[in-house]
Amino acid sequence: MHVIGENLPAYLEGFSVTLRLTLLSAGLALVAGLVLAALRVSPFRPLRAFAAFYVELLRNTPLTLVFFAMVFVAPRFGIVTPLGFWTAVICLSVYTAAFVCEAVRSGINSVGVGQSEAARAIGLTFGQTLGEVVLPQAVRSVVPPLINVFIALAKNTSVAAGFAVVELMGVGRRLGTANAAEGLWVLVGIALFYLAITIPAGLIAGAVERKVAFSR
Amino acid sequence: MRSSRGAVAVLAAMTLALTACSGDAEPEAAEPEGEEQASEAPAEFPEGSTMAELSAAGSITVGTKFDQPLFGLVGPNGVPEGFDVEIAKLIAEKLGIPEDGIEWKETVSQNREAFIETGEVDIVVATYTINDDRKERISFAGPYYEAGQSILTLKSNEDIQGPDDLAGTKVCTVSGSTPEKNLLENFPDAEVVPFGTYSECLEPLANGQVDAVSTDNVILAGFAANDEALEVRGEPFTEEPYGIGLAKDDEEFRMWINDALEEMFEDGSWTEAWESTAGSVLPTPEPPAVDRY
Repeated sequence: MHVIGENLPAYLEGFSVTLRLTLLSAGLALVAGLVLAALRVSPFRPLRAFAAFYVELLRNTPLTLVFFAMVFVAPRFGIVTPLGFWTAVICLSVYTAAFVCEAVRSGINSVGVGQSEAARAIGLTFGQTLGEVVLPQAVRSVVPPLINVFIALAKNTSVAAGFAVVELMGVGRRLGTANAAEGLWVLVGIALFYLAITIPAGLIAGAVERKVAFSR
Repeated sequence: MRSSRGAVAVLAAMTLALTACSGDAEPEAAEPEGEEQASEAPAEFPEGSTMAELSAAGSITVGTKFDQPLFGLVGPNGVPEGFDVEIAKLIAEKLGIPEDGIEWKETVSQNREAFIETGEVDIVVATYTINDDRKERISFAGPYYEAGQSILTLKSNEDIQGPDDLAGTKVCTVSGSTPEKNLLENFPDAEVVPFGTYSECLEPLANGQVDAVSTDNVILAGFAANDEALEVRGEPFTEEPYGIGLAKDDEEFRMWINDALEEMFEDGSWTEAWESTAGSVLPTPEPPAVDRY
């Protein structure tokens, strides 16, 4: 039990890396996911096909393989990224964007077809229809699934521990080696710090949901 | 009595060394010679000792690694090769056991103690680090080699000649491993880059994303043996004494192996064995001092 208190600075250092990985990747994945969702419902077929291909590829690939491709395969094709934090951010956002896209798309589909038909009838363009009419309604229903995606992302950051990033899990492995007899408590400490990210995320989701909820 | 046995053992070891030298020229001619030599050795061992039993049976079962390059590695022909294998052969030679009387058994890190305890193997020569936990279950003769954590880098890298040059460099190792702990403790100015396995460090090393890889020199030597562009640099900065595992409290056998090892150190057969195997990649060290605990 003492092992957690004694190594609090190390835990906090790992926690801050995990938190930054989560927030940066979540931001980038949200932007990329929204763009992908727009492409998936766009009237131009090749764009729809590209977005569908991207989503199917990334959604069905284990995250570890995404990291592998980025760290070990990409350099063979001349793409040498600086190892560590930013490579991890790229992998996590690229991967999570596919899930964000699917969550947003399901939201878009939940908005009645009559809404976009009406928007078109009064002469709005595709961009205006999506941006002014459909997305504002869609976003409300996608808050809970999006928060799920981001909670999964927070936990997925642990994969980066195997790829040159010393985040919460990497710190935990070091502490585990240094305090072999208290390995269980080291793990409990790691779990507590992950909860410190995921539980507030869940609470925020609940609050936002109540705020934006509307009855049809 | 002891001196005559020693003389024969020296002779046998020299024969082995000679045959090892001309090994690729006429390997078939060398083998019968070795057998003859072995059968001539007078087995003057104390009645009832492990040595006498093994010598009379003319066979010994040796546990070694089958997957450790330069120490114990089974090639396509099914015969293990490496420094551990050579040491075991030298011991068998001194027992008067011919090379084809040695039965090789694969031991992995997790089953070595168990194999000795159940009598599945007579001795284990398998990059086996002597430590107190293991001494509770088995006994160790030796050490016959001092391994330790070392540095692997590109041959073209002039800046890192040894562990002292690590400050300010990126050093790859395995996340949560003892070598990682050693690096963090001993070289606080080096940036530790942790991956999941040691072989995963090789690609970033080749790409220049890390400057060096650090773990036991035996593992590093295996990588260097497979890739011309890599080199192990400097002296090890930790101590991992490799011993020969045998049944617990067989004091007679343990002391006899210790004597045998010291003879090998003195007559140069140990150096021969090293240079023909691991010495192709690692520098030749001084023989360690045998620990007769």
